[in-house]
Amino acid sequence: MSPLLDIEGLSIHAGGKALLSNVSFSILPGERLGLIGESGSGKSLTALAAIGLLADGLRPSGSILLDGKQVIGARDRDLVPLRGAVAAVVFQEPLTALDPLMKIGRQVGEAVRRRARRDGGATDATSVMSEVLDLLDQVALPQPQRIAESWPHEISGGQRQRAAIAMALACKPKLLIADEPTTALDVTTQAEILKLLGQLVRERNMALLFISHDLPVVAGAVDRVVVLRHGRIVEHGPVASVFRQPIHEYTQSLVAAARAFDNALEIAP
Amino acid sequence: MTDMDLVNAVSEGRPRRSWTFTIGAVIVGLHLLVGLSTLFWTPYDPSAMSGGRLEVPSFEHLAGTDRLGRDLFTLIMIGSRIALTVGIGAVIIGGLIGITIGLIAAFASKTLDDMLAAGLDILIAFPTLLLAMLIVASSEGASLGTAIIAIGIANSAIVARLTRILAKRVLAMDYITASRISGTTWLGVVIIHILPNIWPTLLVNLALQFGLAVIAEASLSYLGLGAPPPNASWGRLLQEAQGTVYSAPFGAIAPGIALVSLVIGINLLADGLRDIADPTRRRRS
Ligand SMILES: Nc1ncnc2c1ncn2[C@@H]1O[C@H](COP(=O)(O)OP(=O)(O)OP(=O)(O)O)[C@@H](O)[C@H]1O
Ligand SMILES: [Mg+2]
Repeated sequence: MSPLLDIEGLSIHAGGKALLSNVSFSILPGERLGLIGESGSGKSLTALAAIGLLADGLRPSGSILLDGKQVIGARDRDLVPLRGAVAAVVFQEPLTALDPLMKIGRQVGEAVRRRARRDGGATDATSVMSEVLDLLDQVALPQPQRIAESWPHEISGGQRQRAAIAMALACKPKLLIADEPTTALDVTTQAEILKLLGQLVRERNMALLFISHDLPVVAGAVDRVVVLRHGRIVEHGPVASVFRQPIHEYTQSLVAAARAFDNALEIAP
Repeated sequence: MTDMDLVNAVSEGRPRRSWTFTIGAVIVGLHLLVGLSTLFWTPYDPSAMSGGRLEVPSFEHLAGTDRLGRDLFTLIMIGSRIALTVGIGAVIIGGLIGITIGLIAAFASKTLDDMLAAGLDILIAFPTLLLAMLIVASSEGASLGTAIIAIGIANSAIVARLTRILAKRVLAMDYITASRISGTTWLGVVIIHILPNIWPTLLVNLALQFGLAVIAEASLSYLGLGAPPPNASWGRLLQEAQGTVYSAPFGAIAPGIALVSLVIGINLLADGLRDIADPTRRRRS
């Protein structure tokens, strides 16, 4: 089985400064990989580079194969059809993940219509709308009809994040990239969204690139982890072994911090 | 009742049209009506001596007469048509050029963007009127057309700079990236996300440009660089009334009132339109 995403020796430079150095990992179809690291370690950059959407002035080098096609140096025109068919992203901040001037239904509908055009499906208003309602239902949004007719500012943060997930699902991606999708949410909502993501990924046999700075959050959601620090990979392996025997001192400190937090919770009445 | 229900209850109420919108619409509508009607009918022949010279307002001549005994009210009505033509024409030209350049700059590579931004700053440093005068002076004599084009070009720099900034702000949003990832082209991004998001702010600015265009045309005409006779621009009426402003002040006051009322009307209308165009403002208004 050839990997969906194969990153080999990826470095990213901005004005002579290396933001990412020699990063390599791959994700097989249906596999779930966690990308952990502190703020500024280069997690989001890695994800954006993977789909060829780095900002101007950031120069990538190395090799990124997305579904077998080279992303580095590719023209944007050639990447447009590739992106939609292979990958979709759910972002950290639910408020900026949705267009404030578009009702939820239309917004998810745009994604549905693009997918339908790509696959030659029906693009008439009725079938698009029924798929939108279906998607909103799948991400466990209550009263899909009402949500579809709401503006983004009229629903809660957790609901917005579910709507963003519905948009990502509308693309029927083979790889779902979740860039800290729960960081901006409260603990309860966070757990619900994680459960939803896990369930959707399993049901649809999607691959998952899960980005987070929170070790325990990642642990429950993925099979393998890559630990990033200052733009370099410091640890890479199956989630269980990395947790049991972290090799790098940075990972050790992360695990220790997570343990201390757990213990504190247990002691607390 | 949860918080969400509360938010929905408030926002589901129909957007309350602000009083600014209503007053603006009435004033602009009146000018539009008067301006259009002059295509078919005017109280008097605008170039005929229909009364004595410099008459004060009366029932026959609602705004009095000018030095040549022409009916001022008729001339001011025609002035409405010219002002609206210039305003609409200049906003269309300035808007099309400005929005296009602004969007190109927002999407361009850093070098091209810097060059465009610097060029716009230089253009903006020139007063609109001076720029328009240069363009009129370098073209084949003054006409309504050159005035419109000159004012439109002068306005486009400001529209371009605003469009660039607004578009860049929208481009930095995650939903743009998400949309790009799901396979939307640049043009798609512009049409689906950028234009709707920058439109409310842009609309207000275009209205401002409309008002400035009306003033700029009046100024050009005042200087003799606007539409030549028999086009009775308000600016030319003001200029002609200048010599007799102490003996017959109404000749200057009447076109002045017409000019100011149209500019204020347009601005009020734009303010109201912004509240209607932007759903996130409706809740508060
Ligand atoms: N457009 C850019 N130009 C220059 N430097 C950038 C740019 N984008 C990001 N960086 C830098 O690259 C580094 C990595 O950024 P990145 O967004 O990948 O961090 P992150 O690991 O996702 O952090 P967080 O957890 O806070 O999201 C940071 O030091 C950041 O300042
Ligand atoms: Mg990040």
